[in-house]
Amino acid sequence: MTLFVDIGSLEDIPRQGARVVKTTEGCVAVFRTLEDEVFALDDRCPHKGGPLSEGIVHGRNVTCPLHSAVFDLSTGQAQGADDYVTRSYPAKVENGRVLLDAALLKRRSAA
Amino acid sequence: MKKKLVIIGAGMASGRAIEHLFEHATADWDVTLFNAEPRGNYNRLMLSPVLSGEKTYEQIVTHDDSFYAAHGIHCRFGEKVVSIDRARKVVVGEKGEVAYDKLLIGTGSNPFIIPLPGKDLKGVIAYRDLEDTQAMIDLGAKPGAKAVVIGGGLLGLEAAAGMAARGVDVTVVHIMGHLMERQLDESAGYLLRKALNDKGIHVLCQANSKEILGDETGHVRALALADGTELPCDLLVMAVGIRPNVALAKEAGLQVARGIVVDDHMVTSDPDVLSLGECVEHAGAIFGLVAPLYDQAKVVAATLNGEHSVFVSREVSTKLKVTGCDLFSAGDFAEGEGREDIVFRDPSRGVYKRLVLKGDRIIGAVMYGDTADGNWFYGLMKDGTDISEMRETLIFGPAFQGGAALDPMAAVAALPPEAEICGCNGVCKGKIEAAIKGGATTLDQVRAQTKASSSCGTCTGLVEQVMAVCLGDDFVMPTHLPMCKCTDHTHEDVRRLIKSMELKSQPAVFQELGWKTKDGCHSCRPALNFYLLADWPLDYQDQPQSRFVNERNHANIQKDGTYSVMPRMWGGMTDANELRAIADAAEKYGAAVKVTGGQRIDLLGIKKEDLPAIWADLNDAGMVSGHAYTKGLRTVKTCVGSDWCRFGTQDSTGLGIKLEKLLWGSWTPHKVKLGVSGCPRNCAEATCKDVGVICVDSGYQIGVAGAAGMDVKETERLCDVASEDEVLEITAAFIQLYRENAKYLDRPYKWVAKVGLDWVKERVVADIDSRRALYDRFLISQSVYQKDPWAERARPEDRPKWAPLADFTKEAAE
Repeated sequence: MTLFVDIGSLEDIPRQGARVVKTTEGCVAVFRTLEDEVFALDDRCPHKGGPLSEGIVHGRNVTCPLHSAVFDLSTGQAQGADDYVTRSYPAKVENGRVLLDAALLKRRSAA
Repeated sequence: MKKKLVIIGAGMASGRAIEHLFEHATADWDVTLFNAEPRGNYNRLMLSPVLSGEKTYEQIVTHDDSFYAAHGIHCRFGEKVVSIDRARKVVVGEKGEVAYDKLLIGTGSNPFIIPLPGKDLKGVIAYRDLEDTQAMIDLGAKPGAKAVVIGGGLLGLEAAAGMAARGVDVTVVHIMGHLMERQLDESAGYLLRKALNDKGIHVLCQANSKEILGDETGHVRALALADGTELPCDLLVMAVGIRPNVALAKEAGLQVARGIVVDDHMVTSDPDVLSLGECVEHAGAIFGLVAPLYDQAKVVAATLNGEHSVFVSREVSTKLKVTGCDLFSAGDFAEGEGREDIVFRDPSRGVYKRLVLKGDRIIGAVMYGDTADGNWFYGLMKDGTDISEMRETLIFGPAFQGGAALDPMAAVAALPPEAEICGCNGVCKGKIEAAIKGGATTLDQVRAQTKASSSCGTCTGLVEQVMAVCLGDDFVMPTHLPMCKCTDHTHEDVRRLIKSMELKSQPAVFQELGWKTKDGCHSCRPALNFYLLADWPLDYQDQPQSRFVNERNHANIQKDGTYSVMPRMWGGMTDANELRAIADAAEKYGAAVKVTGGQRIDLLGIKKEDLPAIWADLNDAGMVSGHAYTKGLRTVKTCVGSDWCRFGTQDSTGLGIKLEKLLWGSWTPHKVKLGVSGCPRNCAEATCKDVGVICVDSGYQIGVAGAAGMDVKETERLCDVASEDEVLEITAAFIQLYRENAKYLDRPYKWVAKVGLDWVKERVVADIDSRRALYDRFLISQSVYQKDPWAERARPEDRPKWAPLADFTKEAAE
């Protein structure tokens, strides 16, 4: 079973925007769509390391701010000719709080 | 012997329960019905048609005296229940006790009253019962009456529409970004707002109420908003939601959470007490719509009659009862894992439909303008029907006839004849149509006869679309590059339509121009954000989430994810104080320091979370953002001019500073750089800038449309003028013309190449009125946008927004 950890309020993340969560292995970007869905991806574009948390969020996609690769927020898969995948993490909203997969965060910290 | 049933509350749910109770042949009940309102059961949902005059009170009564008499029901209307004594099994009314075997509590809900100062003034009402409705009806009889409704949900809008239909001047004040946000998405909310505006109802969204103001007689006179606006009114209706009315149940010691807690059989924590309606809480949920209440009524009747029945909460649908506003909403329409959208828009008819699918099932539907198929979709959703077979044509509904594809020209076809197509020559759609009817079949013929698209040419695409609509297959549309995958329109078309159709928000553009996506993409959103703020500076609210990272964070992102910070140095001048502050900041934040080509100093390698602190430090030394990251005014490069140079003819430094102080903070289609040289030796390299001024003995030579990037190009001479004031006015007018007309991400030299320098000269130099109007519009925009973004974001309370949301590196170390 996935164990979730509370990382903050949904209101702390701008709609169509993102905030980052720091781990020992780098940052995880937590996105909020226009319709208040949340998704979590590694905050690193596999192309040149662009911070995806600073990209423009549209529909269920984010566009890398450095060179405009477009990622599917739910899978971390880049679209079209860009054949990159960035790691995605289970995330959800409950009672206005944003919850992130605790086990994955911990594994990253331990590694 | 008959069993004694006491019912508290004669609402819609309890009325329905009584009906079901007596449907059973075995039913043998002696019923006493209490109601605080001085009347029996009526259909509260139909208060809105009563308000709007479409129905009378008599028509919405569900149970009349003969019904109560036929079933031997003792009616105690207009009498409040004082308490419930569960130990003795009696209900204590104001006029005496009644014993019960079973008790049914249907106390409903109370309107929520926002605790604003002035909430107890006369003329402040909720929208709950016939008395409230009558107060609104009475207001309609008063000539010139004004009303304010707080709350843009279902009830608030019905109240507003009902009063408007009776001639009242109504303003709706809503705290959220769009109307009915619980039932509608942004696009449908936009259409609804538009329809209400057409009915003469004013709608203010994102509006915070602050205080209700009264007159000397203690009657409401106005609502004050947090931004200082005062909305005068004779009646103020609060329709911001309901709270379960649990006071009696709570006092009686029943288990109460948000509502009176009931099990699947509608039984409370006391086995002899049942409850139903808006006062109950079942499995954590409370209820505001009628459909589940009717289900509860069935279960209550069955339980009382000793049968097994279970209440199951189900999806509900909503319709707004406002004539002319056709909307439908059901289920869940948030985005989510594995969910897909099917969107249909028909701008000319104002239709929007959206289905949310999960797997092969419909889980949500929002419709506006054409809701005929709503119940069909709702049925599919409720039954969990597999729709994979009809997926392709699903959105067209059960009467699908072959489904014409969305017509990209629908928006143009729908324009009225008086809509302006060509702004340069003031040519409206009707004139172009007349020319086509008169025999013009080519673009050149239309140009020759109407002058449309014969000046700057940016409306060419629209003229061609008008021709295509009129001529049908006889006209072959040339292909133009659309703005992005979200639309078939070009940038030029979109700009023109934003102006002519007065589109003032992104949802408005998406709907009216038939966008194929719900919220655009990284390519169109920044462009639309600019077009809207440039055309409607006073109406449009800038959307940071539609901006590229640099403009959103007001710093330049570098390849390693750090930022560069560059304060403004007016005209390239600085002093010891500023340099000291910059040196301190560089040391404190570990920045690399670079002198730029724009005569300023760049601090590189700043971490995002340090941005507000370094901005505050630089602000303290009197410096503001250099906007080195924007599609906006960057630098004004100058030489030392007549102050110091033996060749200087004019005060080029002073003029550069004046230009920068006038222009800073303005947003433009692409970046804008200026130069002012004090003599033709041109030490400030002004002749390769977007606007370059060369000072000469007789005055100033203004050149525009230079370039020194991907392309290198010398400026073209716009005009020569004698005074600094003329330089300032003409430069601002030129930049405003560029702001209003250029395609996003076209530098001025690209734009001037498209429209022609003569076209620019005519508007900025020759026609003084046009120049003055452009200059004035620039100043209006500056009144909104000329402010230091650093100071606004460096406030201590905003700083946490720049830091990570959570930090797990520290926990791991422990």
